[in-house]
Amino acid sequence: MPFLQRRPGPRAAHPLIVRLSHWIAAAAMICMIMSGWQIYNASPILPFLFPSWATLGGWLGGGIAWHFAAMWVLFCAGLVYLIYGIASGHLRRDIAPVGPRSVARDLFAALRFRLAHSPGHYNAVQRLLYAGVLLVAVFTVLTGLSIWKPVQLGWLTWLFGGYDLARRIHFACMALIVGFLVIHIALVLIVPRTLWHMIAGGRLKPDAQNPEIVP
Amino acid sequence: MNGRKPYRPDLSALQPEFRRIERRLMLRGALSLGALSLLGGCGELDSDDAVDCVLRDMLSFNDRVQAWLFSRNRLARIFPASAITKPFPFNAYYPPSEIRTVDPAQWRLELSGLIENKKPWSLRDLRALPQQSQITRHICVEGWSAIGSWSGVPLSLFLKRVGADLRAKYVEVKCFDDYFTSIDMETALHPQTILALDYADETLPPEYGAPMKIRMPTKLGYKNPKYVSAIGVTNTYPGGYWENQGYDWFGGS
Repeated sequence: MPFLQRRPGPRAAHPLIVRLSHWIAAAAMICMIMSGWQIYNASPILPFLFPSWATLGGWLGGGIAWHFAAMWVLFCAGLVYLIYGIASGHLRRDIAPVGPRSVARDLFAALRFRLAHSPGHYNAVQRLLYAGVLLVAVFTVLTGLSIWKPVQLGWLTWLFGGYDLARRIHFACMALIVGFLVIHIALVLIVPRTLWHMIAGGRLKPDAQNPEIVP
Repeated sequence: MNGRKPYRPDLSALQPEFRRIERRLMLRGALSLGALSLLGGCGELDSDDAVDCVLRDMLSFNDRVQAWLFSRNRLARIFPASAITKPFPFNAYYPPSEIRTVDPAQWRLELSGLIENKKPWSLRDLRALPQQSQITRHICVEGWSAIGSWSGVPLSLFLKRVGADLRAKYVEVKCFDDYFTSIDMETALHPQTILALDYADETLPPEYGAPMKIRMPTKLGYKNPKYVSAIGVTNTYPGGYWENQGYDWFGGS
């Protein structure tokens, strides 16, 4: 697939396909979470409700309509990203987690605000977070399918320990994704230019060993 | 759907056009994911919110996906008697204090539509047919679930007995508590879809839909009508109490 390979000369730190799928999936994920909270409120499994301002859909039926519409958007964006990520080597090169020692080193550096950040290059903490949230997202989709179709996809529901447990795992996955979002957004606030790079792409020197922003 | 808080749906604007669009989408040929953005309907609705329109189209699309996923041969899991939820929850669009009852001797199941023999059925007639029992999980659209034990006449057997047109699209159900719903013929003919007359080996009590509930473990609670008074077979989309307010019509599990 030559069109997926790195061209000579400056390339975008974040290829267009990554940026597009990121923002589409981000919007869909927000819709999924807020409409999911609406659905949760109809029959809570924990002793609290989500405030109505944080929910989407207005009532249970509206929440379901949003959830099952955004579902396809998220699914398509996720699929495009994963196919691209596998075919281009992006997942292997940038996302696949590295050893725990690198994670500890980068995490320690990050906590002291000393972690160098160059666009298009993913440090060990980022790799762990992104790989983690991708894995959780896949599990969220699978548990979601298992509680949507506990008869037609009964084997999947069985795999997650039955309907009631699958519903709780689906909720726990949501909580993990929300946790990721909090950290992710906090890190973007600490290094705000990364936000612009995720929008405009940023520029990266072809020499991957020595990444620098090219004006 | 729950006795403790009857819903005041905000998307009531969704109601009137839903039926029409649903029908149109049903008639349309196979719809690919790629063609989603080209989904019609929205352009023709002038006074409608565009977002509601897209959501409605997506629900219709999901109905088609659900019908495609459905298999008449795939059975819902059967549970042991020890798994039965006690007490099995009451649930309706009104609180338990408003449960309506009928004299079982006077009650008749009325038949309408594409059925050869529309003679009304009494409980005695129905009890004379072969009965089938099941311990299955009832899943509410709200998310909660409960395992119960029902028995009664398989709907497929009944439909064949009365000479229903089994190629028709819909089986509609009317209830004497003013509830109504409708299901696809495929689900009506599913081996676990039964005209339930008993709950836990006793005559169906008022809170669970006496004298007859249609029990189908392949569909969500709002597709499992209680207090049934009439069954019809039709090719005209009949909608439903909750479906007309915005729940997806297929409502499959």
